[in-house]
Amino acid sequence: MFAATRLNRRSYRNQSVARAVFCLMTVALVIPVLLIVGTLVVKGGPAISWEFLFTPPRDNMTAGGILPALVGTVWLVVVALLASVPLGIAAALYLSEYAPDNLLTRTINLAIINLAGVPSIVHALFGVGAFVLFFRFGASILAASLTLAIMTLPVVIVATRESLQAVPQAFREACLNMGATRWQTIRKVVLPNSVSGILTGVILEVSRTAGETAPIMFTGATAFVAFLPESVFDQTMAMSYHLYYTATQATDVPEELTFGVALVLIGMVLLMNAVSIGFRVYLRGLKKW
Amino acid sequence: MVGLSAEAAVANHGAGPAYDEPPVIEVRDLSIAYGGKRALGNVTLDIHRHEIFGIIGPANSGKTSFLRALNRMDAFNSAMEVEGSICINGKNVNDWRNEYALRRRIGVVFPLPAGLPLTVYENVAFSPRLRGIRKKAELDEVVERCLRRAALWDEVKGRLDSLGSLLSGGQQQRLTIARALSQEPELLLLDEFSIAVDPVTTMRIEDVLKELRSELTIVLVTNLVQQARRLADRTAFFLMGELVEIGDTEDLFAGEVKDERTTGYIEGRFG
Repeated sequence: MFAATRLNRRSYRNQSVARAVFCLMTVALVIPVLLIVGTLVVKGGPAISWEFLFTPPRDNMTAGGILPALVGTVWLVVVALLASVPLGIAAALYLSEYAPDNLLTRTINLAIINLAGVPSIVHALFGVGAFVLFFRFGASILAASLTLAIMTLPVVIVATRESLQAVPQAFREACLNMGATRWQTIRKVVLPNSVSGILTGVILEVSRTAGETAPIMFTGATAFVAFLPESVFDQTMAMSYHLYYTATQATDVPEELTFGVALVLIGMVLLMNAVSIGFRVYLRGLKKW
Repeated sequence: MVGLSAEAAVANHGAGPAYDEPPVIEVRDLSIAYGGKRALGNVTLDIHRHEIFGIIGPANSGKTSFLRALNRMDAFNSAMEVEGSICINGKNVNDWRNEYALRRRIGVVFPLPAGLPLTVYENVAFSPRLRGIRKKAELDEVVERCLRRAALWDEVKGRLDSLGSLLSGGQQQRLTIARALSQEPELLLLDEFSIAVDPVTTMRIEDVLKELRSELTIVLVTNLVQQARRLADRTAFFLMGELVEIGDTEDLFAGEVKDERTTGYIEGRFG
């Protein structure tokens, strides 16, 4: 009575094949990541030292450390976040909580998605035109950061909007029915329950901001400055640009130094991701539903 | 809108609906549509102070839409079009410049417990805080009073700081009732409150409602015909967006109906 029919056997076989194929795909995806990280650790690992992290480069980049680049990247990321996070969250709040569902809103949503697809070199040229020349910021941290901010704005908006919309509608209804205004509803119920998602967006943005090279090349990054930036109007070195420079522009740079730069850059991004994941787990624990 | 003093409430206890006063809610030619599709049409009715007004009818009769129109929730749904007029205490709901102030006077209880993602205490203290009550002692007092009136205090007094969502379904529903009461409403709108509640708890809540009648006015939408019979002073029968009949609950259940469909629904022949 319970004997397997031919159909049973065939669907069982199909299921095994599907499983094997998907598993293989996943492994194939992991291999390059392991290779990249492995190569960086093996070739760049020996270069890493306190001296490497905390001194400026010497002898035409062929020796010394990466301190100005490290500090410069932190400057760029922080200033970019200061610009894009408030703007992005405000835009997402409007789109998710206030905007009526009409043609204009849908057009704006489409525009944001398209903005995410604009190549970074185009953003770079926009940054030169707008911030360096038109606003006369010159090549500076401010111009570079604003360019990065514009580029990563869609990431923040989309991530924030999605985490806002993940808050159950019933919470809003209950709150509004009690006579709360939209803003009270957002502040007391919607935002506290979407912080972890918003944070994910911000962290994604940080990683991307730290790694991008093209947008800062013409707007504020420079191959070498001996001093650390003191204000947003200074030019600065940056990790990503430093990597590009030591790998392709400077001559006689020892291989391990270049790999060391790459390793530190990837380490920074991974560290920030790890911190954010930890923070998210913590916030999720606070979540009330 | 004048709230009732405690003495007036006591004096009124058991006095039943105030049919001699002007009605609290006057609905005239109310029609509701969603994106051109009609959900409710040409409803005209009065609801009096200290009345439990029952609304029965099968799904898609426009009962919930009716409640949403009463507290102007159409303002948050651009697809919802409301025509006709609704006056509460003689004032058209559309004439409230601050519709939020209107909603604060109207408590709403949903079919499923819609607890906010907050502690038991914060759920009930939410609305008082919106009203600007800041003092801890005052909040404590409101929270305890509302939880007592919702017949929940004894069960939760030891865990006011745990999440509302950790309570059982019936407790959560009483929590939403406590929350509605914390608004100090003049009007309580109940939308099929007993769907997610066991029969024993339902009876307890019904007892609470009977007591509350002396202080406020209750509109009770229910799927349970017998619940309307137990609670409502008058009952309206909505069917497919039409107000079929409205009358004293006793009369309707005694078979004194103008429309055969009412008897059919009450006796369970359809719906």
